[in-house]
Amino acid sequence: MKIGVVTFPGSLDDVDAQRAVRLAGAEPVALWHGDHDLKEVDAVVLPGGFSYGDYLRCGAIARFAPVMTEVVTAAKGGLPVLGICNGFQILCESHLLPGALIRNDHRKFACLDQVVRIENNSTSWTTSYTTGQEVTLVLKNGEGSFVADQHTLDLLEGEGRVVARYVGNPNGSQRAIAGVTNEAGNVVGLMPHPEHAVEDLCGPGTDGLGFFTSVVTTMVGALQRA
Amino acid sequence: MARVVVDVMPKPEILDPQGKAVQGALPRLGFEGVSEVRQGKRFELELEGEATEERLAQVHEMAATLLSNPVIEDYAVRVVS
Repeated sequence: MKIGVVTFPGSLDDVDAQRAVRLAGAEPVALWHGDHDLKEVDAVVLPGGFSYGDYLRCGAIARFAPVMTEVVTAAKGGLPVLGICNGFQILCESHLLPGALIRNDHRKFACLDQVVRIENNSTSWTTSYTTGQEVTLVLKNGEGSFVADQHTLDLLEGEGRVVARYVGNPNGSQRAIAGVTNEAGNVVGLMPHPEHAVEDLCGPGTDGLGFFTSVVTTMVGALQRA
Repeated sequence: MARVVVDVMPKPEILDPQGKAVQGALPRLGFEGVSEVRQGKRFELELEGEATEERLAQVHEMAATLLSNPVIEDYAVRVVS
């Protein structure tokens, strides 16, 4: 079970994401933004950071990196993809996920332990949780306010595509949305960082590990069925 | 050579925290009577050759795919010289 973690120029949390993958029992595979293939990985994580210096818009340049062409194609074919923070922004810019992430309404960088409620535990990345479960992750962003038009928000709510919701609203996200998924449930974008909550030694606990164990379980199940 | 300007602005219904910060700073400097500030981006493109209809169509495509994010921003294209 191999999970690719993409490093863009300016990625910060790629090594933490690789460590979380390892703790979940999978083998992390480093992918480079200039790669033209995904090295036969079973899933991909787009980590947090400031890809391409956040120039133009967060994620706007990364979206056109060579590796993203491969990720977009594979994601449409069902490959599980998790975008965390900047990775979420990249998934929105790639139109794999609806909406966009704009500057926090209070204009300050948010950096805190944040409780979120899991609203959909049937995606590739959330099966280790129960619906309604409250977990503590780490939120650290300047541009984490999720926005979409009313029609899209209603559609997301109606189809159960809100994956996680903030308890409280730390950045002005519409309907307190912390994470969403695509129609198929294989692509998930999440603003808070589960990879910073996988060990008791550093971070607010191990609540975040479930995102990574979920995809391992999902993929093992898929392989057994195949 | 032709110079084409692409103006990108946050959509009216999208909160613009940067514009709000600027608006908040104006009264502190003694400038009164500004009821709203919206902050956008201006791109100046130097085109090789004339700004033909075909070239301008390409600029629109650039604006829609990279220079702006249509989910949160509107753009306008104009030829300045």
